[in-house]
Amino acid sequence: MTRWKASAHRRLAAGIAVAAVAATLAACSPEGERQPFVGIDKDPFPSTYTPLESQTTLIVNANIYDGVGGEIEGGAILMEGGKIKAIGQSIAAPDGARVIDAAGRWVTPGIIDVHSHLGVYPSPGVSSHSDGNEVGEPVTADAWVEHSNWPQDPGFWRAAAGGITALQLLPGSANLVGGRSVTLKNVPGRTGQDMKFPGAPYGMKMACGENPKRVYGSGDHNVLHRPSTRMGNVAGYRQAWADAQNYSREWKKYEADYKAGKNVLPPKRDLKLETLAGVLDGEILVHMHCYRADEMVTMIDVMKEFNYQIASFQHAVEAYKIADKLAENKICGAMWADWWGFKMEAFDGIRENIPFMHEAGACAIVHSDDDIGIQRLNQEAAKALADGQRAGVKVTKAEAWQWLSLNPAKSLGVGDKTGSLEVGKDADVVLWSANPYSVYAKADVTFVDGAVTYDRHDPAKRPVSDFELGQPGEGDMK
Amino acid sequence: MKMIRSMLALSLLAGVSAAAMAENIAVTGGTAYTKGGYGKVENATVLIADGKIQSVTAAGEVPEGYKVIDAAGKIVTVGLMVSETTLGLTEVGFSAGIDDGSAKGDASIPLDAADGINPDSVLIPVTRIEGVTRAYTGLEGSKDMWLGQGAVIHLGNGPDLVVKRHAALGLELDEGAASSNGGSRVALWYSVRSKLDGAKAGGKEDKDDKDKKEAKPDPEKDALTRVLKGEQPLLVQADRASDIRKVIELKKAYGVRVILVGAAEAWRVADELAAAQIPVIVNPVQNLPGSFDTLGATQENAARLHKAGVKIALVGLGTDNARLMPQYAGNAVANGLPWEAAMDAMTVNPAEMFGVADSYGTLEAGKDADVVVWSGDPLELSSAPDHVLIKGEEIPLVSRQTKLAARYHPVSRAPEYKR
Repeated sequence: MTRWKASAHRRLAAGIAVAAVAATLAACSPEGERQPFVGIDKDPFPSTYTPLESQTTLIVNANIYDGVGGEIEGGAILMEGGKIKAIGQSIAAPDGARVIDAAGRWVTPGIIDVHSHLGVYPSPGVSSHSDGNEVGEPVTADAWVEHSNWPQDPGFWRAAAGGITALQLLPGSANLVGGRSVTLKNVPGRTGQDMKFPGAPYGMKMACGENPKRVYGSGDHNVLHRPSTRMGNVAGYRQAWADAQNYSREWKKYEADYKAGKNVLPPKRDLKLETLAGVLDGEILVHMHCYRADEMVTMIDVMKEFNYQIASFQHAVEAYKIADKLAENKICGAMWADWWGFKMEAFDGIRENIPFMHEAGACAIVHSDDDIGIQRLNQEAAKALADGQRAGVKVTKAEAWQWLSLNPAKSLGVGDKTGSLEVGKDADVVLWSANPYSVYAKADVTFVDGAVTYDRHDPAKRPVSDFELGQPGEGDMK
Repeated sequence: MKMIRSMLALSLLAGVSAAAMAENIAVTGGTAYTKGGYGKVENATVLIADGKIQSVTAAGEVPEGYKVIDAAGKIVTVGLMVSETTLGLTEVGFSAGIDDGSAKGDASIPLDAADGINPDSVLIPVTRIEGVTRAYTGLEGSKDMWLGQGAVIHLGNGPDLVVKRHAALGLELDEGAASSNGGSRVALWYSVRSKLDGAKAGGKEDKDDKDKKEAKPDPEKDALTRVLKGEQPLLVQADRASDIRKVIELKKAYGVRVILVGAAEAWRVADELAAAQIPVIVNPVQNLPGSFDTLGATQENAARLHKAGVKIALVGLGTDNARLMPQYAGNAVANGLPWEAAMDAMTVNPAEMFGVADSYGTLEAGKDADVVVWSGDPLELSSAPDHVLIKGEEIPLVSRQTKLAARYHPVSRAPEYKR
């Protein structure tokens, strides 16, 4: 795997500059002056995230789910410098620390939603805000969802009020390959880059099944186009991977030839293939919208054919039929608790999908794909847990919290940074008014990197987006 | 859903028919709420005969010949009613053949939802095993702003689920309706008033020659006449405060009955709605400015309306997840609505709003025996029905979903042979 360094000659990577160089070269002999090496900047839109101001905070008398299956009754947790400093039965308060008496309330890791379209299908959902599906062609791996993200979407702050501390924005599922995803810290930002989770790898969205074949093949957009069948879908993915392999080889050859001292020109950049090649190089994680069991297994074979890894199947409504295979291939299922039936590929949804996946030893994730659902993922987990227990699945509340935080974090490649209340990790924490598996529980305080992003009882800590200023209900309890 | 119970019920389900009815049943030992969230009876004995409630008494005797359902330590309520669905009309909403929940023909007002209801819909068992036993069902789309006449249905067995036809006439008066009916609220309101005025004027008896044949049937006029006489309420979809005020004016101007649905900004007009005695169906979790109609949306809508004296009812998540209504009710309670009011909003209130309170909505003698025995608080996420009775018939807690779950737990080489 090659890690291209951001070259000092970055501007040469721009098409115009390269074209100019090529024109110059044509006029001189191969023994002429050697061109500078052209590298590709892998991070042209870097995160500008900085944590909000925080103070050292100690929460005491809290019932804690630590996110790795443990539970502490009447315990304490210390957040310092944006990190989790200590967690246990009893912790001494450092000088000057803010001490919060939880008085029997509950503390958990912050919830991470791996499937959100906030910012790209924001509120208000008017057509001028519809920025989540670049439907022009089946493979738009060159589209980056962060370039659609409107950081003023009020939905981000409704989500903070539901205990969301991080989330993945995905482009929609119209395309075979929809484009790059982005992982965000759920903090206010003047720009989308202010929200970008530092160090999080990119993801790439793909989609199985009904959507691509309907969008391209049904003439809905007055154009008949491949794919119009599921077999056409698979042909489309495979050709895209084959093209990406070829592209990857061309660049690797250029690098090797250059290093061998040859005077060579770089291949032409292709932004679509660059993203796909990033997957093949193991740098970009695949999150694939896929409902049906048979299609998920087909995609596992495509994955093996082209030697990449699928991080997660999104929706995975029939995961319960092949939970063993998903466990074996280390693919997470990001699922709803009980959405079903709205189209044929969702017709076999069952309420036990998430717990059956968990029981099979697979990585189960509760996701939303919804600006209302993201506000109560703890309730979705609670329903799944109760349904699983009634079906005989042995899983505790403490274990089930992995569906909301650690498993999502791992699937996004940030499991070493967040997702559990372990010392040294980012202090992404929620203080709940009651046991978070109760319908009556609400997030009282949400912390990201130890800073309060939302406090239900402090109007000054309830963010109001630019859009909501001067509108009915501005600053209201939402 | 109790998986073990459903496995037992599998054999029951094969060939269950309406003939299974009319058993005498006693539900004993539970804490019953006989009137919405009120009328609490501890250690209640609920007696059921001929599909009706006979009595609810504390520690009452069980007569001979009654099948006993033990509800000790559990909660007993009326079966719940969801106030806006397309149940029985929609099977799979997307790319799966027609969806009877939307009509594209050249009529709208006279359409009758009861004509399209399929009692074999797989959504009905999926919904009822979660404690929902009644629903208002009607069109969600038509050629214009009028959504035809909806029905109240029960979710029990039998060939005919319709409890009441012409339960309401649907009318959309929100931004979406304006955009597709003249492109402006100005045009929308003119056209609505024209229809009502026309029906009013046409209501005067024509001077008929006795020799003349009877007047041609006019189902549209009949529907509007029922509305103008106050026999059939208008079920009006509106969200924006200014639109809701217009709806209040409409009610006063025409003397019609109105039920408001959607109503994201209703809390801003709560006192006026209470004074005008307009009940409101809300989605308690709607709190986003999804459009310029819903800028003031808040999860406290239900609580604020209730506090102002407005009668409220609830919905779930669309039709396939109408069953999520109790969860939404729980969210309303978490946002300030009293628990008792949330229970009323799923039972007695919709029964009154849609005119079926004479036969459904409370556990009182003479009412249809829609009874649910819950494992715990009906609004709590860990609770589920242990027993569901609809019109006195115990419903097996089985659906296509429970069968799929049983078939794939554990997974096997050829699940097709497992039933």
